[in-house]
Amino acid sequence: MLQDKDRIFTNLYGLDGCTLADAQRRGDWSGTKDLIAKGKDWIIDEMKASGLRGRGGAGFPTGLKWSFMPKESDGRPHYLVVNADESEPGTCKDREIMRHDPQKLIEGCLVAGFAMGANAGYIYVRGEFIREREALQVAIDEAYAAGLLGKNAADSGWDFELYVHHGAGAYICGEETALLESLEGKKGMPRLKPPFPANAGLYGAPTTVNNVESIAVAPTILRRGASWFSGLGRPNNAGTKLFSISGHVNNPCNVEEEMGIPLRELIDKHCGGVRGGWDNLLAVIPGGSSVPLMPKSVCDDILMDFDSLKEVGSGLGTAAVIVMDKSTDIIKAIARLSAFYKHESCGQCTPCREGTGWMWRVMERLAKGEAEVEEIDMLLDVTKRIEGHTICALGDAAAWPVQGLIKHFRPVIEERIAAQKAGRLVQVAAE
Amino acid sequence: MPKVTVDGIEVEVDASATVLQACEQAGAEIPRFCYHERLSIAGNCRMCLVEVERAPKPVASCAQPVNDGMVVHTKTEAVKRAREGVMEFLLINHPLDCPICDQGGECDLQDQAMGYGIDSNRYGENKRAVEDKDMGPLISTTMTRCIHCTRCVRFITEVSGVPELGATGRGEDMEITTYLEKALSSELQGNVIDLCPVGALTSKPYAFTARPWELKKTETIDVMDAMGSNIRVDSRGREVMRVMPRVNEAINEEWISDKTRFIWDGLKTQRLDRPYVREDGKLRVATWDEAFEKIAEKVASTTPDKMAAIAGDLADVESMKALKDLMVSLGVTNLDCRQDGAKIGTAGRGSYIFNSGIEAIEEADALLVIGSNPRLEAPVLNARIRKQWTKGGFPIGVIGEDADLTYPTDYLGAGTDTLKQIIDGSHPFARVMDVAENPMIIMGQGALTREDGEAVLSATIAYAKSAGVIKDGWNGFNVLHTAAARVGGLDLGFLPGEEGRDTQGILDGASAGALDLVFLLGADEIETKYLGNAFVVYQGTHGDAGAHRADVILPGAAYTEKSGLYVNTEGRVQMAKRAAFPPGDAREDWAILRALSATLGKVLPYDSLRDLRAALYEEVPHLATLDELTSADVPEGAATGTMAATPFSNAIKDFYMTNPIARASKVMADCAALANDTDKGATGTHG
Repeated sequence: MLQDKDRIFTNLYGLDGCTLADAQRRGDWSGTKDLIAKGKDWIIDEMKASGLRGRGGAGFPTGLKWSFMPKESDGRPHYLVVNADESEPGTCKDREIMRHDPQKLIEGCLVAGFAMGANAGYIYVRGEFIREREALQVAIDEAYAAGLLGKNAADSGWDFELYVHHGAGAYICGEETALLESLEGKKGMPRLKPPFPANAGLYGAPTTVNNVESIAVAPTILRRGASWFSGLGRPNNAGTKLFSISGHVNNPCNVEEEMGIPLRELIDKHCGGVRGGWDNLLAVIPGGSSVPLMPKSVCDDILMDFDSLKEVGSGLGTAAVIVMDKSTDIIKAIARLSAFYKHESCGQCTPCREGTGWMWRVMERLAKGEAEVEEIDMLLDVTKRIEGHTICALGDAAAWPVQGLIKHFRPVIEERIAAQKAGRLVQVAAE
Repeated sequence: MPKVTVDGIEVEVDASATVLQACEQAGAEIPRFCYHERLSIAGNCRMCLVEVERAPKPVASCAQPVNDGMVVHTKTEAVKRAREGVMEFLLINHPLDCPICDQGGECDLQDQAMGYGIDSNRYGENKRAVEDKDMGPLISTTMTRCIHCTRCVRFITEVSGVPELGATGRGEDMEITTYLEKALSSELQGNVIDLCPVGALTSKPYAFTARPWELKKTETIDVMDAMGSNIRVDSRGREVMRVMPRVNEAINEEWISDKTRFIWDGLKTQRLDRPYVREDGKLRVATWDEAFEKIAEKVASTTPDKMAAIAGDLADVESMKALKDLMVSLGVTNLDCRQDGAKIGTAGRGSYIFNSGIEAIEEADALLVIGSNPRLEAPVLNARIRKQWTKGGFPIGVIGEDADLTYPTDYLGAGTDTLKQIIDGSHPFARVMDVAENPMIIMGQGALTREDGEAVLSATIAYAKSAGVIKDGWNGFNVLHTAAARVGGLDLGFLPGEEGRDTQGILDGASAGALDLVFLLGADEIETKYLGNAFVVYQGTHGDAGAHRADVILPGAAYTEKSGLYVNTEGRVQMAKRAAFPPGDAREDWAILRALSATLGKVLPYDSLRDLRAALYEEVPHLATLDELTSADVPEGAATGTMAATPFSNAIKDFYMTNPIARASKVMADCAALANDTDKGATGTHG
């Protein structure tokens, strides 16, 4: 279990005040100038050495991503874009950072912006986050007033302007290239890659898009050293991570923990355990709605990090742990997710546009048992034809929950169909 | 250049090529819907997925740049499955109403479903239904069939430059729409019908009239403007059913204007199908012999200096040649093919053609438009200018009327004052032209049909030579014509002979009673009220201005009904072919003139079109060179007179009504009404 001295987000719950002065008292903005004085290469090398993997879901090494930016500008400006369009169902960690620890994010923007040669940064905030946007803007205004942003930011000699952009509430705008389109004022639709944003991103200029948490942890990592961060967690899965635990636990919460913590420990220690005890657990979605669920048998001894979860056919994603106990109608739960993805598909490419609606309709029928057993395999086949065939990862995200369901709960679906045919099905639980 | 291996075949491709292009080069067929070589890459249909070694997922070949050493597979099981999957997704919400769909038989979706689809249907849910959109009188919509390839949106936005189409809604609720349910205003909108790979956007005038396999396809040349766009006329029996574009990279790429595409209903109405003679002030049907006799009577009683001939905008070179020969044999010198009165054609060929060629617009790096609105005078050429503008580094200055050309321009001024400033270098845009490597001038008829047209032309040519518009290896002095017949007529010298009258002179003479006989070869754009009491012979196709005034009407053949040469604004000679026969007693124009010449006792020395052409080629040798550009010298015009201060006014006021065929077309009338309403600023909520 993570010791208090190793926590990065010391005001995650907002108990300690959120002003710049409070943040500085907690150690933010201390020696930022010195960090920057060590140079771009040092910062990027340190980030690489820390083993930090992107906290937005894909887990791409952050330092490596920063190093993709051109070393010297070819005349085009460089941009840092922070993805605060936190819309993955179950995920609510960035929200807490913006509410209670915004200075960490702002300081991170300056450091990251400097490291990639960007004089301007944009924070793209999810449309539904009204108060969070306001809190963030207040914090940015404070930072400007204190000379921490703007010309010669934090006395570092580096000019850095930071802007908040408020989205309109579309899940797809959390996809980095759709976010850039939206930021440019266009319809939020993912771009084709290549070219990648590091070559041609915002307004065609080199751009790096990072998750809020990835940026917010950067100053602390640089202050405390890469080896401190990489010493936490497991190899290739270093550091600490914010977990958002929701669903059928006694005490749903956000908590910063060490990577690789056993799922059971995470739930028992921080959330007061599964409702009705561990044995009442049915399944867990470990990384936000888009990753395949895990049945209890897998949950018993799984470690919460990228590689362990990948091994069992799921993923860490955003580390949004959705816990479902045995009262859950698991088919209906996944059908609800299918409805979400159908609603949020941007409509650009064929498999996702047509496939998400198809999957949702079949899932709705499966939830009621109004289907044939053969349709389970057909549905699985449809998910495979979406997965990997789309422009962005939304197609995968829509396919995986259904795949996870069929993989682990096929007998439940078959039983539901049989019950419906036999007229045994009176009512399905509503949750 | 990178080497790419496609299905075991190694090909060397351009470094900027995509995987799809590499596959095509290697002979592998890649199905696609959204990809179109002349539009930006969308990569959204996912039909072109292929396997690339070391790539984790199937790759959309249309959007993937090639790398050296890339190994691509297009025939593997995974690719087959991917295509089947995409095809299935496209079809689940597609109505499969092919028997009642106008696209049937020429539908990409239908064809590719046969080639790459599966034979059964696994989709048991309800299909999506989408409300149809009103896109105006040209495009019929059945939006339920839409597969969201966005070709139409990209065309309208990128090529036509009138961004009136877009997609609203998300996911499966995404719909292609004009946003406010209003008709499109682009003059190129018909091309979206060709681009649409399914039956979502089809031709409204052509709707449900024919199936593609019933049609005879004739590859020919358009005459609606002076571009000579390459077209294919589809006919059934005697009837022209529709007009489609053909690819010609040098001229129209693969676009045509709406006037070119939708003119065909005008070929069927208001036609002159029998000879007429005027008796007691009324026209009556006559036989050919009666008509010829009547003309012969008049000719016999008239001296040559009291006779004149004007050739119209749609005349082919052969008929102009026949008319000119006949007139010359009668001793007539009052000839003109410039019914708009343009002051051109008297100097060398280079002074009246689009010297650089249309394709060379893409090499120009500065453009000065003088007295022209290319958007209306040659919409497809305008799209080429826009194409060059989108590449950047292409400043465009306009002198004349300030119009929306679909791309931003520097509006320099209205008339000759500004032109003078450019010429003397005092205008800032003169500097732009000076520093340009390949500066270009496009001169419209608006600058040339004036009293001082000759002075404007001479001054501009002199400027072009001094400013590097005309230099070794580059000739950017371009005259943009509006009439398909004009350059041919000028090449042929269908111009006033010694002491002869030009168009204005003929009209002045006729109204003053100095002319007794005027022969109009499809000339309808003149003010016929100035023909006075002259005896008018009208040879043409439609009951328009000329026929209305005529004393004898000789029914001729329209451009789809005869083989004929047309010289486009570039000076490119192209041959039109016959797609259908002229109606009733109407005949090919050269043959009418040949027959008339016999009655007049001045038998023309050719009995077949072949003989006529042989004589023509002997007289004007460069007309024998088909489909190619021949460079011409631009003579230093002797500056005559001074330029008046009046502003230039553009040649075309009503794009849809420029010739007798268009004026006979109901579709064009609908378009014109719509365009004129729009011009008045009607928004639906005005007033």
